[in-house]
Amino acid sequence: MRHLLGIADLSADDIDHLLVLADSFAEVGRRRMPKVPALQGRTVTWLFYEDSTRTRLSFEQAAKRLSADTLSFSVSTSSVRKGESLRDTVETIEAMGVDCIVVRHRSAGVPHQIARWVSASVVNAGDGWHEHPTQALLDCYTIREHLGGLDGLRIAIVGDVKHSRVARSDAWAFTTMGAEVTLVAPPTLLPPSTEGWPVRVSHDIDATLGEVDVVYLLRMQQERMTEALIPSLREYTACYGLTRRRVDQLGEKAIVMHPGPMNRGVEIAADVADLPRSVVIDQVRNGVAVRMAVLFELLGSGRREGDR
Amino acid sequence: MAERERRSTPPFGGVFVARTQVLDADDVRRAVWRMAHEVVERNHGLDDVILIGLQTGGVTFAVALAEALEKIDGTAPPQGTLDVAFHRDDIGLRPVLPSAVTDIPADLTGRVVVLVDDVLFTGRTIRAALDAVHSYGRPRAVQLAVMVDRGHRELPIRADFVGKNLPTRSDEVVNATLEGVELGELYKEAR
Repeated sequence: MRHLLGIADLSADDIDHLLVLADSFAEVGRRRMPKVPALQGRTVTWLFYEDSTRTRLSFEQAAKRLSADTLSFSVSTSSVRKGESLRDTVETIEAMGVDCIVVRHRSAGVPHQIARWVSASVVNAGDGWHEHPTQALLDCYTIREHLGGLDGLRIAIVGDVKHSRVARSDAWAFTTMGAEVTLVAPPTLLPPSTEGWPVRVSHDIDATLGEVDVVYLLRMQQERMTEALIPSLREYTACYGLTRRRVDQLGEKAIVMHPGPMNRGVEIAADVADLPRSVVIDQVRNGVAVRMAVLFELLGSGRREGDR
Repeated sequence: MAERERRSTPPFGGVFVARTQVLDADDVRRAVWRMAHEVVERNHGLDDVILIGLQTGGVTFAVALAEALEKIDGTAPPQGTLDVAFHRDDIGLRPVLPSAVTDIPADLTGRVVVLVDDVLFTGRTIRAALDAVHSYGRPRAVQLAVMVDRGHRELPIRADFVGKNLPTRSDEVVNATLEGVELGELYKEAR
């Protein structure tokens, strides 16, 4: 594997390989000195054209635990503000000698474009509404950790599917691993067409909750909403929010997930987010091990020769 | 890492063809038994001793050594397994086996760590293991037990307990298991 651009490029074997590799890195994280020299001498840099807390920190922690050098770069204080083009920016960064560029951009396809320009490995850390593959991988890892595996599970992805790259990557990843995915959202928050997606669609959360193993709540992405898609947040919560009352409909072992950051009181009730069945913090913790697996696979595993 | 593993995984894939049987299963059992006595003798008992089998070829020998130690001393020392893949200096030249599990059951500070492997060759696996061990604490001492020492060291490393010293050519391959020790060659394709 040379780049990680999207889950849609991965087979079940590829995903499984990364998850098993992540097990080894989770062990590294539990060591007294949680650091291995595996990527010594490699350099990883971040190119984030959108805000991020957990993804960026998680990648940074992953790179440091692998002993890679990290070059920090903040778009908002760089020459990008002077009008430097994306291509010039990327080629400048590459000329300094980086082995991996982690990219987040508001437009879909930017990481793919960058991958065509540079010889460094490119990791997609979120492109527009398109994909966020490492989030999907850590979600798979977390589900596997709590429920043993994904094959045969029923998973509901609830909320703002339309603007969600997490929903797209997760839907691909979960179904590739053998789970059955139902998207639950009001029609205005679904993409115009879900044709070609291996998913079912429902507009009724109460009819769905009783029969699922995982409820995956999406963040209401108010910064991406340019038009009135819902009457009000309060009405959204009433119809689609995971309230205390709705949680009681869930099966005994069902877990609640959220990619963060949570809007407590909107898509998830404040006290529901703190229930034992809510695994949001585990998702964040697993993110480091999973991203170590991704960086190691791209930069250090020796599978790279002739394996494009 | 174990010779066996090197054979079965790309880019070192190929087929091992044994030419000579060096030890049979009984010989191996006797060698393990002797090494167990040497471990007890050297450490004046088994206080603070912890056995760590190196993934993947060393693990079965660590288990066998622990069983022998239990018969000699009454109690089995704690055991762990260690995969040194992430600490290797030739990382990228060889693939990592995700199935090789690292499980160190205790803080190693103050312990006597006995690393156990099947074949000692260049010494690079052991160098990586020494590096890895320090992620788990500061051992009082680290000792090395190997079933076969086949020579050709590339680093200043030696074993404390050796089942069999076996002179080899560097292009030969040693296969050491509890069933016996064989010397042979690696062929790219099946013959």
